[in-house]
Amino acid sequence: MNIPLTIKETQDGLKSKKFSAVELVDAYLAQIKKYNSEYNVFLTVTEELAYAKAKEIDRGDKTSHLAGVIVSYKDIFLTKGVRTTAGSKILESYIPPYSATSVSRIEAAGAIPIGKLYCDAFAHGASGENSDFGRTLNPWGKEYVPGGSSSGSAASVSAGMSLISLGSDTGGSTRQPANFCNLVGLKPTYGVIPRYGVISMSSSLDTIGSFAHTVDDIEIMFDVMRGTDGYDSTVSNFKKPNIKNKFKLGIAKEYFIDGLDSEVENMINDVKKTYEKIGIEVVELTLPHTKYMVPVYYIIQPAEVSSNLGRFDGIRYGSARQSFGEEAKRRIMIGSYVLSAGYYDAYYEKAMKVRTKIINDFDEAFKTVDAIISPVSPTPAFKLGANTSDPLKMYLEDIYTTTANLVGIPGLAIPSTFSKSGLPIGFQLLGPRFSEHQLFELGKKYHKEIDYKPKIAL
Amino acid sequence: MTKLTKKDVLHVAELSNLKLTDSEIKKFLPQLTKIIKFVGTLSEVDTTKIEPTSQTTKLVNALREDVTTSSNSLNIDEYFKVKAILSKRT
Repeated sequence: MNIPLTIKETQDGLKSKKFSAVELVDAYLAQIKKYNSEYNVFLTVTEELAYAKAKEIDRGDKTSHLAGVIVSYKDIFLTKGVRTTAGSKILESYIPPYSATSVSRIEAAGAIPIGKLYCDAFAHGASGENSDFGRTLNPWGKEYVPGGSSSGSAASVSAGMSLISLGSDTGGSTRQPANFCNLVGLKPTYGVIPRYGVISMSSSLDTIGSFAHTVDDIEIMFDVMRGTDGYDSTVSNFKKPNIKNKFKLGIAKEYFIDGLDSEVENMINDVKKTYEKIGIEVVELTLPHTKYMVPVYYIIQPAEVSSNLGRFDGIRYGSARQSFGEEAKRRIMIGSYVLSAGYYDAYYEKAMKVRTKIINDFDEAFKTVDAIISPVSPTPAFKLGANTSDPLKMYLEDIYTTTANLVGIPGLAIPSTFSKSGLPIGFQLLGPRFSEHQLFELGKKYHKEIDYKPKIAL
Repeated sequence: MTKLTKKDVLHVAELSNLKLTDSEIKKFLPQLTKIIKFVGTLSEVDTTKIEPTSQTTKLVNALREDVTTSSNSLNIDEYFKVKAILSKRT
């Protein structure tokens, strides 16, 4: 059977009895069995759980939002009774006693959980190469990284091993792998989807990310997962706004830096033309503090990482601190340094102040435009090993993505086309806080105009 | 200060509750120096009269009623029980 590429195709197939939910699970498991050992996508396959849930769907209700939809989870989402490692040896044998709110909500809506995915350990990385269990390969080209830190999430959906996937986005960890693997990826507004039960990395930046083939599917996932849960006190509720019919978009002149690949730059210009063709004005604007995004991010994020990873003391969870991988140790130490006596003001306090200035830039921009068109990554997927010897070089990969996390706004990564070497390239739309539905509308308009057809790599 | 010394790395490792091997110290010293120097470029930004931000959606104090429910209580059977080591103040 052909694996369905959207939630609608899945549900139409189930309702018209073209296939059963059990047959769907058969098909995805076959794909996992065929490619997983080569591509390192799943750390744990929950075959029994998947069949149990599929039988339930086949017997009963097929009307809930995600009925029969095959979902996979980045291994930092706690799943009751199923090992959760965070991609780290420290938690190699950790079995959580409860599930994350996002996981519970996705499954309550009828989704079938198929397994837990590779990721950079504790979500630290932009390539998937910081996993303590092995590196994930990009289904669109084996010698390339799938992006990170939600490396397995992007690989699983683009390889047809799950229809949708949950990841996290602290500085781009959903949008960048989505971009490298030809998928739609959403980083929501800070505090819209509860983070309860997701292993914390950087608490003022962490958000729950979604992966799918289409904007429609991302919207369904978003509405299923959002809203207060009584456990995460940073969550805000909001009503889906009326979508206006006249939009104005902006592109920051600061985005066109030296390191920007010419194919990515051309694609951004094509996106601009596409929007103009359907009557949406695109203007140039300025975000003067763009070059300070990465320095601010690499102070605030490691500072919060050093605090959050303090709980791994070898007593309550897993093994001793020596088992931390190299990147976790590096970030803990940078964090301890910028928070330490004598340096707090010069680094941490300073970064929080520059963060305010960056936020002011965006608040100003959103007075004139509804959303901003931006690259996701300066280049298409890079080769495995290309940035591993120089951590700073890897950090600079985050130049276009950290913005949304520092400002607390949503970012929607949208696949566009392929590079000459056959790698996916795409862009992102950044909008004001709580403007997700507007970004969905703009994303759908773009895909409709270019007649976008989702496809899987393997 | 942007040039870190071995002493700095050992101090930070101690603050971080990490024990580093000699080869790790040798590897981390130049890497951390480079990263700290890079993030130090923020010193050129004028932040006079700017307030720091840590919460972007401006939400404050999300509180609930202080009542015990099964969802906010621990199931004691899943834990080890040991004898109390502190006695009541007399």
